[in-house]
Amino acid sequence: MTARSAAAIASLVLCGSLACTNFYEIPIETPIQPKMDVSGFQRVLIAGFIGGGTEDVDANLETVRLLRSQLRSKSSLRVIEAEALPLAQLATKARAANGGSPGEAAGDESIQPVSQLQQSAPDQELQVRNEKDLERYQGIFADAEFWKRIGEEYQNPLIVTGTVLFTPHQNSGFVIENRETYDQFGRRRVTPVRTYMERKGFILTPKFIFIDGRTGATLHTEQFREEILYNAQQNTPALSSYFELMDKLIPSFLNALSTQKVRGTRVLLK
Amino acid sequence: MLIRALIVTVALAGSASAVYADARSDAKAQVEFGIKVAQNGLWKEAAYRWKKAVELDPTYAAAWNNLAIAYEQQGDFDNAEEAYAKAVALDPDNVMIRQNYDLFREINDRTKRRRDS
Repeated sequence: MTARSAAAIASLVLCGSLACTNFYEIPIETPIQPKMDVSGFQRVLIAGFIGGGTEDVDANLETVRLLRSQLRSKSSLRVIEAEALPLAQLATKARAANGGSPGEAAGDESIQPVSQLQQSAPDQELQVRNEKDLERYQGIFADAEFWKRIGEEYQNPLIVTGTVLFTPHQNSGFVIENRETYDQFGRRRVTPVRTYMERKGFILTPKFIFIDGRTGATLHTEQFREEILYNAQQNTPALSSYFELMDKLIPSFLNALSTQKVRGTRVLLK
Repeated sequence: MLIRALIVTVALAGSASAVYADARSDAKAQVEFGIKVAQNGLWKEAAYRWKKAVELDPTYAAAWNNLAIAYEQQGDFDNAEEAYAKAVALDPDNVMIRQNYDLFREINDRTKRRRDS
Protein backbone atom coordinates (compact mmCIF):
# COMPACT_ATOMS: atom_id res chain seq x y z
CA MET A 1 0.00 0.00 0.00
CA THR A 2 1.44 3.33 -1.02
CA ALA A 3 1.53 6.32 1.30
CA ARG A 4 -1.01 8.06 -0.93
CA SER A 5 -3.58 5.24 -0.81
CA ALA A 6 -3.15 4.89 2.96
CA ALA A 7 -3.79 8.59 3.36
CA ALA A 8 -6.86 8.33 1.10
CA ILE A 9 -8.30 5.47 3.19
CA ALA A 10 -7.54 7.30 6.43
CA SER A 11 -9.23 10.46 5.18
CA LEU A 12 -12.25 8.42 4.05
CA VAL A 13 -12.53 6.82 7.50
CA LEU A 14 -12.12 10.20 9.16
CA CYS A 15 -14.64 11.74 6.78
CA GLY A 16 -17.09 8.90 7.43
CA SER A 17 -16.81 9.20 11.18
CA LEU A 18 -16.61 12.96 11.58
CA ALA A 19 -16.94 15.63 8.97
CA CYS A 20 -18.99 13.81 6.35
CA THR A 21 -21.40 12.10 8.75
CA ASN A 22 -24.88 13.02 7.64
CA PHE A 23 -26.84 11.32 10.39
CA TYR A 24 -26.69 11.10 14.17
CA GLU A 25 -28.50 8.57 16.32
CA ILE A 26 -29.93 10.30 19.35
CA PRO A 27 -31.79 8.96 22.40
CA ILE A 28 -35.19 10.54 22.98
CA GLU A 29 -37.85 10.28 25.66
CA THR A 30 -41.34 10.67 24.26
CA PRO A 31 -43.71 11.91 26.96
CA ILE A 32 -47.15 10.31 26.98
CA GLN A 33 -49.73 12.60 28.52
CA PRO A 34 -51.84 11.15 31.36
CA LYS A 35 -55.37 10.06 30.56
CA MET A 36 -56.81 11.87 33.56
CA ASP A 37 -56.43 15.41 34.79
CA VAL A 38 -55.28 15.00 38.39
CA SER A 39 -54.22 18.61 38.88
CA GLY A 40 -57.04 19.05 41.42
CA PHE A 41 -55.50 16.46 43.75
CA GLN A 42 -52.40 16.55 45.86
CA ARG A 43 -52.82 13.18 47.51
CA VAL A 44 -53.77 9.70 46.39
CA LEU A 45 -55.29 6.94 48.48
CA ILE A 46 -54.94 3.38 47.26
CA ALA A 47 -57.98 2.34 49.22
CA GLY A 48 -58.08 -1.39 48.58
CA PHE A 49 -59.40 -3.91 46.11
CA ILE A 50 -61.84 -6.75 45.96
CA GLY A 51 -59.41 -9.52 45.17
CA GLY A 52 -59.63 -13.21 44.55
CA GLY A 53 -58.95 -16.11 42.22
CA THR A 54 -56.40 -17.97 44.31
CA GLU A 55 -55.53 -18.31 47.96
CA ASP A 56 -51.80 -18.26 47.20
CA VAL A 57 -51.75 -14.49 46.75
CA ASP A 58 -53.65 -11.86 48.71
CA ALA A 59 -54.54 -9.82 45.63
CA ASN A 60 -55.91 -6.95 47.71
CA LEU A 61 -52.88 -6.39 49.94
CA GLU A 62 -50.27 -7.12 47.28
CA THR A 63 -51.91 -4.74 44.80
CA VAL A 64 -52.19 -1.99 47.41
CA ARG A 65 -48.50 -2.36 48.33
CA LEU A 66 -47.31 -2.50 44.74
CA LEU A 67 -49.32 0.49 43.49
CA ARG A 68 -48.30 2.60 46.45
CA SER A 69 -44.62 1.91 45.93
CA GLN A 70 -44.94 2.66 42.20
CA LEU A 71 -46.82 5.91 42.79
CA ARG A 72 -44.37 7.02 45.44
CA SER A 73 -41.52 7.03 42.93
CA LYS A 74 -43.31 7.71 39.65
CA SER A 75 -46.01 10.24 40.42
CA SER A 76 -46.14 13.74 41.82
CA LEU A 77 -49.10 12.86 44.07
CA ARG A 78 -48.43 12.22 47.76
CA VAL A 79 -49.33 8.64 48.64
CA ILE A 80 -51.45 8.26 51.78
CA GLU A 81 -50.22 5.53 54.07
CA ALA A 82 -53.29 3.82 55.47
CA GLU A 83 -54.36 0.24 55.93
CA ALA A 84 -56.12 -1.31 52.96
CA LEU A 85 -59.89 -1.36 53.18
CA PRO A 86 -61.58 -4.77 53.29
CA LEU A 87 -63.99 -3.87 50.52
CA ALA A 88 -65.45 -7.37 50.15
CA GLN A 89 -66.37 -7.44 53.85
CA LEU A 90 -67.80 -3.94 53.71
CA ALA A 91 -69.91 -4.76 50.66
CA THR A 92 -71.14 -7.97 52.29
CA LYS A 93 -72.07 -6.12 55.45
CA ALA A 94 -73.93 -3.54 53.40
CA ARG A 95 -75.92 -6.24 51.63
CA ALA A 96 -76.75 -7.86 54.95
CA ALA A 97 -78.06 -4.50 56.20
CA ASN A 98 -80.97 -4.73 53.73
CA GLY A 99 -79.15 -3.30 50.78
CA GLY A 100 -77.84 -0.28 52.64
CA SER A 101 -74.68 1.42 51.57
CA PRO A 102 -71.33 0.14 52.91
CA GLY A 103 -70.91 3.48 54.60
CA GLU A 104 -74.14 2.95 56.53
CA ALA A 105 -73.15 -0.61 57.39
CA ALA A 106 -69.96 0.61 58.97
CA GLY A 107 -71.97 2.78 61.27
CA ASP A 108 -70.82 6.14 62.55
CA GLU A 109 -67.34 4.93 63.42
CA SER A 110 -64.59 5.25 60.85
CA ILE A 111 -64.35 2.41 58.40
CA GLN A 112 -62.23 -0.42 59.80
CA PRO A 113 -59.08 -1.56 57.99
CA VAL A 114 -58.43 -5.12 56.77
CA SER A 115 -56.52 -6.27 59.85
CA GLN A 116 -59.45 -5.53 62.19
CA LEU A 117 -62.08 -7.11 60.00
CA GLN A 118 -60.33 -10.22 58.75
CA GLN A 119 -61.26 -12.37 61.76
CA SER A 120 -64.92 -11.50 61.77
CA ALA A 121 -65.59 -12.01 58.07
CA PRO A 122 -67.73 -14.96 56.99
CA ASP A 123 -65.05 -16.60 54.79
CA GLN A 124 -67.28 -18.74 52.60
CA GLU A 125 -69.36 -15.82 51.49
CA LEU A 126 -66.30 -13.70 50.79
CA GLN A 127 -64.53 -16.15 48.51
CA VAL A 128 -64.08 -14.70 45.06
CA ARG A 129 -63.13 -17.31 42.50
CA ASN A 130 -64.19 -15.79 39.19
CA GLU A 131 -65.77 -12.82 37.44
CA LYS A 132 -69.23 -13.99 38.43
CA ASP A 133 -68.32 -13.89 42.12
CA LEU A 134 -67.00 -10.37 41.65
CA GLU A 135 -70.34 -9.15 40.31
CA ARG A 136 -71.80 -9.45 43.81
CA TYR A 137 -69.54 -6.65 44.97
CA GLN A 138 -69.69 -4.24 42.04
CA GLY A 139 -72.29 -2.05 43.74
CA ILE A 140 -69.75 -0.69 46.22
CA PHE A 141 -67.92 1.20 43.47
CA ALA A 142 -71.04 3.11 42.46
CA ASP A 143 -71.81 4.13 46.04
CA ALA A 144 -70.78 7.79 45.92
CA GLU A 145 -71.77 8.42 49.56
CA PHE A 146 -69.43 5.69 50.76
CA TRP A 147 -66.48 7.05 48.79
CA LYS A 148 -67.24 10.61 49.77
CA ARG A 149 -67.04 9.53 53.37
CA ILE A 150 -63.69 7.86 52.80
CA GLY A 151 -62.59 11.03 50.99
CA GLU A 152 -63.54 13.21 53.96
CA GLU A 153 -61.61 10.94 56.28
CA TYR A 154 -58.43 11.37 54.21
CA GLN A 155 -58.83 15.05 53.18
CA ASN A 156 -60.35 14.59 49.74
CA PRO A 157 -57.69 12.62 47.88
CA LEU A 158 -57.89 10.85 44.57
CA ILE A 159 -59.05 7.35 45.50
CA VAL A 160 -57.87 4.27 43.62
CA THR A 161 -59.85 1.08 44.10
CA GLY A 162 -61.29 -1.74 41.98
CA THR A 163 -61.08 -5.49 41.58
CA VAL A 164 -58.14 -7.83 41.08
CA LEU A 165 -58.68 -11.38 39.93
CA PHE A 166 -55.62 -13.61 39.84
CA THR A 167 -56.64 -17.09 38.71
CA PRO A 168 -54.67 -20.26 37.97
CA HIS A 169 -54.85 -21.33 34.37
CA GLN A 170 -53.90 -24.42 32.37
CA ASN A 171 -53.50 -24.69 28.65
CA SER A 172 -52.12 -27.71 26.86
CA GLY A 173 -51.48 -27.84 23.15
CA PHE A 174 -48.94 -27.49 20.39
CA VAL A 175 -46.36 -24.75 20.69
CA ILE A 176 -43.52 -23.72 18.39
CA GLU A 177 -40.15 -24.28 20.01
CA ASN A 178 -36.82 -23.20 18.59
CA ARG A 179 -34.48 -26.16 18.62
CA GLU A 180 -30.71 -25.74 18.26
CA THR A 181 -28.81 -28.17 16.05
CA TYR A 182 -25.18 -28.33 14.92
CA ASP A 183 -24.17 -29.77 11.56
CA GLN A 184 -21.02 -31.76 10.81
CA PHE A 185 -19.03 -28.54 10.41
CA GLY A 186 -20.12 -27.29 13.83
CA ARG A 187 -22.43 -24.63 12.44
CA ARG A 188 -25.34 -23.74 14.68
CA ARG A 189 -28.83 -23.88 13.25
CA VAL A 190 -32.11 -22.96 14.92
CA THR A 191 -35.13 -24.85 13.65
CA PRO A 192 -38.73 -24.18 14.76
CA VAL A 193 -40.35 -27.42 15.93
CA ARG A 194 -44.02 -27.99 16.81
CA THR A 195 -44.19 -29.69 20.19
CA TYR A 196 -47.10 -30.76 22.38
CA MET A 197 -46.72 -29.19 25.79
CA GLU A 198 -48.67 -29.09 29.00
CA ARG A 199 -48.54 -25.61 30.38
CA LYS A 200 -49.86 -23.92 33.45
CA GLY A 201 -49.82 -20.39 34.71
CA PHE A 202 -52.05 -17.52 35.77
CA ILE A 203 -54.42 -14.93 34.40
CA LEU A 204 -54.47 -11.49 35.99
CA THR A 205 -57.53 -9.32 35.35
CA PRO A 206 -57.41 -6.12 37.37
CA LYS A 207 -59.92 -3.30 37.06
CA PHE A 208 -58.72 0.02 38.46
CA ILE A 209 -61.35 2.56 39.41
CA PHE A 210 -60.34 6.16 40.05
CA ILE A 211 -62.71 8.03 42.33
CA ASP A 212 -62.90 11.69 43.24
CA GLY A 213 -62.63 11.79 47.04
CA ARG A 214 -64.46 15.14 47.13
CA THR A 215 -67.63 13.90 45.44
CA GLY A 216 -67.39 10.11 45.49
CA ALA A 217 -67.89 10.04 41.73
CA THR A 218 -66.00 7.67 39.45
CA LEU A 219 -63.56 9.63 37.27
CA HIS A 220 -62.00 6.90 35.21
CA THR A 221 -61.89 3.11 34.91
CA GLU A 222 -59.14 0.93 33.46
CA GLN A 223 -59.42 -2.79 32.86
CA PHE A 224 -56.58 -5.10 31.88
CA ARG A 225 -56.00 -8.76 31.18
CA GLU A 226 -52.60 -10.40 31.22
CA GLU A 227 -51.75 -14.08 31.23
CA ILE A 228 -48.64 -16.13 31.59
CA LEU A 229 -48.00 -19.82 30.96
CA TYR A 230 -45.05 -21.95 31.97
CA ASN A 231 -43.99 -25.47 31.18
CA ALA A 232 -45.99 -27.71 33.56
CA GLN A 233 -42.74 -29.07 35.06
CA GLN A 234 -41.60 -25.59 36.00
CA ASN A 235 -42.56 -24.68 39.54
CA THR A 236 -43.06 -20.92 39.61
CA PRO A 237 -44.45 -19.41 42.83
CA ALA A 238 -47.80 -17.68 42.41
CA LEU A 239 -46.49 -14.45 43.93
CA SER A 240 -43.67 -14.12 41.42
CA SER A 241 -46.14 -14.74 38.57
CA TYR A 242 -48.36 -12.05 40.05
CA PHE A 243 -45.48 -9.55 40.01
CA GLU A 244 -44.44 -10.61 36.52
CA LEU A 245 -47.93 -9.90 35.22
CA MET A 246 -48.34 -6.67 37.17
CA ASP A 247 -45.02 -5.44 35.75
CA LYS A 248 -46.55 -5.56 32.28
CA LEU A 249 -49.51 -3.36 33.09
CA ILE A 250 -48.03 -0.96 35.64
CA PRO A 251 -46.90 1.54 32.93
CA SER A 252 -50.49 1.73 31.65
CA PHE A 253 -51.82 2.17 35.17
CA LEU A 254 -49.33 4.95 35.88
CA ASN A 255 -50.13 6.63 32.60
CA ALA A 256 -53.70 7.14 33.79
CA LEU A 257 -52.50 9.70 36.30
CA SER A 258 -48.99 10.76 35.43
CA THR A 259 -46.92 11.50 32.36
CA GLN A 260 -44.90 8.51 31.31
CA LYS A 261 -41.83 8.57 29.10
CA VAL A 262 -41.16 6.10 26.33
CA ARG A 263 -37.44 5.78 25.70
CA GLY A 264 -36.19 5.24 22.17
CA THR A 265 -33.74 6.44 19.56
CA ARG A 266 -34.22 8.50 16.41
CA VAL A 267 -31.91 9.57 13.63
CA LEU A 268 -31.15 13.26 13.14
CA LEU A 269 -30.15 14.19 9.59
CA LYS A 270 -27.97 16.96 8.16
CA MET B 1 -33.67 38.78 -30.23
CA LEU B 2 -33.84 35.07 -29.56
CA ILE B 3 -30.31 35.03 -28.25
CA ARG B 4 -31.10 37.94 -25.91
CA ALA B 5 -34.16 36.10 -24.51
CA LEU B 6 -32.07 33.00 -24.00
CA ILE B 7 -29.43 34.98 -22.13
CA VAL B 8 -32.07 36.55 -19.89
CA THR B 9 -33.62 33.14 -19.14
CA VAL B 10 -30.27 31.59 -18.28
CA ALA B 11 -29.39 34.56 -16.08
CA LEU B 12 -32.73 34.31 -14.24
CA ALA B 13 -32.33 30.55 -13.74
CA GLY B 14 -28.80 31.12 -12.50
CA SER B 15 -29.83 33.75 -9.98
CA ALA B 16 -32.77 31.58 -8.82
CA SER B 17 -30.46 28.64 -8.22
CA ALA B 18 -28.04 30.93 -6.40
CA VAL B 19 -30.87 32.10 -4.14
CA TYR B 20 -31.89 28.45 -3.58
CA ALA B 21 -28.29 27.50 -2.80
CA ASP B 22 -28.07 30.38 -0.32
CA ALA B 23 -31.33 29.37 1.37
CA ARG B 24 -30.19 25.76 1.60
CA SER B 25 -26.79 26.67 3.01
CA ASP B 26 -28.37 29.01 5.61
CA ALA B 27 -30.89 26.29 6.50
CA LYS B 28 -28.09 23.75 6.73
CA ALA B 29 -26.22 25.94 9.19
CA GLN B 30 -29.36 26.08 11.36
CA VAL B 31 -29.80 22.29 11.10
CA GLU B 32 -26.22 21.63 12.12
CA PHE B 33 -26.45 23.96 15.08
CA GLY B 34 -29.75 22.31 16.06
CA ILE B 35 -28.07 18.90 16.04
CA LYS B 36 -25.31 20.14 18.32
CA VAL B 37 -27.68 21.57 20.89
CA ALA B 38 -30.02 18.55 20.72
CA GLN B 39 -27.04 16.34 21.51
CA ASN B 40 -26.62 18.40 24.67
CA GLY B 41 -30.28 17.94 25.58
CA LEU B 42 -31.39 21.46 24.63
CA TRP B 43 -34.41 20.36 22.64
CA LYS B 44 -36.29 23.68 22.70
CA GLU B 45 -33.36 25.51 21.17
CA ALA B 46 -32.94 22.69 18.66
CA ALA B 47 -36.62 22.92 17.69
CA TYR B 48 -36.25 26.69 17.24
CA ARG B 49 -33.26 26.19 14.92
CA TRP B 50 -34.98 23.52 12.82
CA LYS B 51 -38.13 25.65 12.58
CA LYS B 52 -35.95 28.43 11.18
CA ALA B 53 -34.37 25.94 8.78
CA VAL B 54 -37.72 24.87 7.31
CA GLU B 55 -38.76 28.51 7.02
CA LEU B 56 -35.59 29.25 5.07
CA ASP B 57 -35.94 26.17 2.92
CA PRO B 58 -39.31 24.40 3.08
CA THR B 59 -38.04 21.66 0.74
CA TYR B 60 -35.33 20.51 3.18
CA ALA B 61 -36.48 17.02 4.22
CA ALA B 62 -33.76 16.51 6.85
CA ALA B 63 -34.82 19.71 8.65
CA TRP B 64 -38.46 18.55 8.71
CA ASN B 65 -37.32 15.16 10.04
CA ASN B 66 -35.31 16.77 12.84
CA LEU B 67 -38.12 19.16 13.69
CA ALA B 68 -40.50 16.21 13.93
CA ILE B 69 -38.14 14.50 16.39
CA ALA B 70 -37.97 17.66 18.50
CA TYR B 71 -41.78 17.88 18.57
CA GLU B 72 -41.95 14.22 19.53
CA GLN B 73 -39.47 14.72 22.36
CA GLN B 74 -41.67 17.57 23.64
CA GLY B 75 -44.85 15.52 23.44
CA ASP B 76 -46.36 17.65 20.66
CA PHE B 77 -47.67 14.72 18.64
CA ASP B 78 -49.86 16.67 16.18
CA ASN B 79 -47.01 18.85 14.96
CA ALA B 80 -44.64 15.87 14.97
CA GLU B 81 -47.03 13.95 12.73
CA GLU B 82 -47.27 16.89 10.33
CA ALA B 83 -43.50 17.42 10.21
CA TYR B 84 -42.75 13.71 9.66
CA ALA B 85 -45.36 13.59 6.87
CA LYS B 86 -43.68 16.55 5.16
CA ALA B 87 -40.23 14.95 5.51
CA VAL B 88 -41.46 11.68 3.99
CA ALA B 89 -43.25 13.50 1.17
CA LEU B 90 -40.10 15.46 0.32
CA ASP B 91 -37.78 12.45 0.47
CA PRO B 92 -39.88 9.28 0.13
CA ASP B 93 -36.88 7.00 -0.42
CA ASN B 94 -35.04 8.01 2.73
CA VAL B 95 -35.02 4.90 4.91
CA MET B 96 -33.99 6.79 8.07
CA ILE B 97 -36.86 9.26 7.86
CA ARG B 98 -39.28 6.37 7.28
CA GLN B 99 -37.87 4.47 10.25
CA ASN B 100 -38.23 7.51 12.52
CA TYR B 101 -41.78 8.03 11.29
CA ASP B 102 -42.69 4.36 11.86
CA LEU B 103 -41.34 4.44 15.42
CA PHE B 104 -43.26 7.64 16.14
CA ARG B 105 -46.48 6.26 14.66
CA GLU B 106 -46.22 3.15 16.82
CA ILE B 107 -46.26 5.32 19.97
CA ASN B 108 -48.82 7.76 18.61
CA ASP B 109 -51.26 5.02 17.56
CA ARG B 110 -50.92 3.29 20.92
CA THR B 111 -51.61 6.56 22.73
CA LYS B 112 -54.65 7.29 20.57
CA ARG B 113 -56.03 3.77 21.08
CA ARG B 114 -55.65 4.13 24.86
CA ARG B 115 -57.31 7.53 24.85
CA ASP B 116 -60.24 6.25 22.77
CA SER B 117 -60.78 3.14 24.92
